[in-house]
Amino acid sequence: MSWLLSWISGAILYAAPILFPTLGEVVEQRTGMVNLGLEGLMLLGASLSFAVSFVTRNAWLGVLAAGGAGLLANLIYAWLVVHRRAHQLAAGLALMFFGIGMSALIGKPYVGQMAAVLPKYPLFGTQSLFFRYDPLVYVAFVLAPLLWFVLFCTRFGLKLRAVGENPSVAYAAGVSPALVRYIGAALAGVLAAVGGAHLSVGITGTWSEGMTAGRGFIAIALVIFSRWNPLRAIVGALVFGGAVVFQLQLQAMGVGVSAFIMDMIPYVLTVLVLLLWGRGVRYVAPASLGRVYFGAE
Amino acid sequence: MLLSGWRARIAWPLLRLLLTVVIILGVFGVVLWALGKDPLKAYRDTFRLNILNPRGLSEVVVRMAPLLLTALGVAIPFRAGLINVGAEGQFMMGALLGTWAALNLPGLPAGLHLSLVILAGMLGGAAWAAIPGLLRALGWVNETITTLLLNYLAPLVVGYFVFGPWRAPELAMYPQTPELPPSARFPTLFGTRLHLGFFLGLFFLLGYAYLISRSRWGLELRAVGGNPEAARRLGLPVERWLVLAMVIGGALAGLAGIAEVAAIHGRLKMAISPGYGFMGFLVNWLAFANPFGILLMAFLIAFIASSGFTLQITQRLPYAAVNVLMALILFTVLAKPLGKGVKG
Repeated sequence: MSWLLSWISGAILYAAPILFPTLGEVVEQRTGMVNLGLEGLMLLGASLSFAVSFVTRNAWLGVLAAGGAGLLANLIYAWLVVHRRAHQLAAGLALMFFGIGMSALIGKPYVGQMAAVLPKYPLFGTQSLFFRYDPLVYVAFVLAPLLWFVLFCTRFGLKLRAVGENPSVAYAAGVSPALVRYIGAALAGVLAAVGGAHLSVGITGTWSEGMTAGRGFIAIALVIFSRWNPLRAIVGALVFGGAVVFQLQLQAMGVGVSAFIMDMIPYVLTVLVLLLWGRGVRYVAPASLGRVYFGAE
Repeated sequence: MLLSGWRARIAWPLLRLLLTVVIILGVFGVVLWALGKDPLKAYRDTFRLNILNPRGLSEVVVRMAPLLLTALGVAIPFRAGLINVGAEGQFMMGALLGTWAALNLPGLPAGLHLSLVILAGMLGGAAWAAIPGLLRALGWVNETITTLLLNYLAPLVVGYFVFGPWRAPELAMYPQTPELPPSARFPTLFGTRLHLGFFLGLFFLLGYAYLISRSRWGLELRAVGGNPEAARRLGLPVERWLVLAMVIGGALAGLAGIAEVAAIHGRLKMAISPGYGFMGFLVNWLAFANPFGILLMAFLIAFIASSGFTLQITQRLPYAAVNVLMALILFTVLAKPLGKGVKG
């Protein structure tokens, strides 16, 4: 029973750092841009927030710095894609390289150190051993329905989705595709970096090179699973969080299976999820996704 | 374009190239300066140690071997309209299966054993690439995301064997396999580390250059990449070409992997690739799958990879700093300085 409780409790905790980048990518892809650079943004957020938290002894300043850096870094991507009409996948991978390299440079002095972490607040009562989370976990789970509301129940959300479906028609209707895409990219940059920050100053309290371990790419898979819907993204994030915690628990129990095999579980699960739910998404995906928009001239 | 004649054909692109280089070196210099390093000294050191020094230059050429092969591994699927970002994983799986053949087929004549090791390496990479290839050809999952995910899986498979059943008992500190027998090692040239893998890379590059532009196969492959719907109407087996392009690409990336093990390291261990698969992607992207461009860009990226080690030693920077440099190159190329933002 307590095993089950700790599994559910842990699944929610580990769902948060993947939910942030997934939600950001949902919004960004709804504007018509695929961003493969999430992994780089997450690493950037993880290392910068850790460094700032270590120096200032304030984890919140770390999260703030991560969000700012993620925003700026993703605006580079958006500028390349929107203004220079660059290939989206290549621009995203350039961002990935950038984040991997910058995070290693920023984080090098802090490998093996411990920094201030975010405070934890219990979900039910004060006695409970489980379900104690830092505020970012609550933020992630509140953000998902909020974004769903913005995307599907507001005028701005309609404009945003219109740009993703057909930028020319949106332009004709008086919406600026460039502006909408910059807004989407800015939000995605902040969220991906905050997701990385949550990993370093929210969960582990440490920094190591490449610590996000492909979560940026798993988030992109979860966007496909979510069918570009923030509410379904919660389900995907919980499944991934559950897999991570399941594997951690197995290792803690000392099951006689190689740690390498168990580390494979989340990746194999992600590929399987793509296989089972990835088919036929062409008809759900934003129609202009990945295309270069040449403007209305 | 308002410019015409030699100015449009030579002067303008040259100016653009010069500006690109200046932007990249300038921005990376600022990054180095911000980290408290002397950029000019760093650039001087890397140039002196990796270009002017014959030994250093030969090491740059040695690094071209895996880059030529992984770049081809990206280029062939690219021509079929596929984005293979999984050369890194295919590299690791090639190293794994090649090492298996090297350690488990004793008593064979040297030439035969080496050939089998090479084939096994290619098979490892090909099998790993076949997964995303098949999933794409069936129309189930896009190959970009699966190849990326498989990159994270492959090192875990290698880690399982290197830390587990294949671990050499005499080296408790460093998890790695026993040394490959001499019959499985790649021959080297002139007392340098320039090895068979480099010449295989050149051979496959020439083969690629010839087949892609002069053969029926190349034409069909490019037709599938250019307009799959039209290719299908013409009666071309589109799905078969998609899988085949991935498999051939994976085989070449796998060959790069076993070449690094059998020529450079002599054992399989975790740290056999400083990101050669991703660098190969970059090489292909900068060259736009053009064979001569691949040769040129492989040299450039090999130089940068070597410079990463120089900076690590002389400036105490983490090796991952080269990723920043590679990102700046790709950013600048994608931003097309002086060019109109046209489709590229």
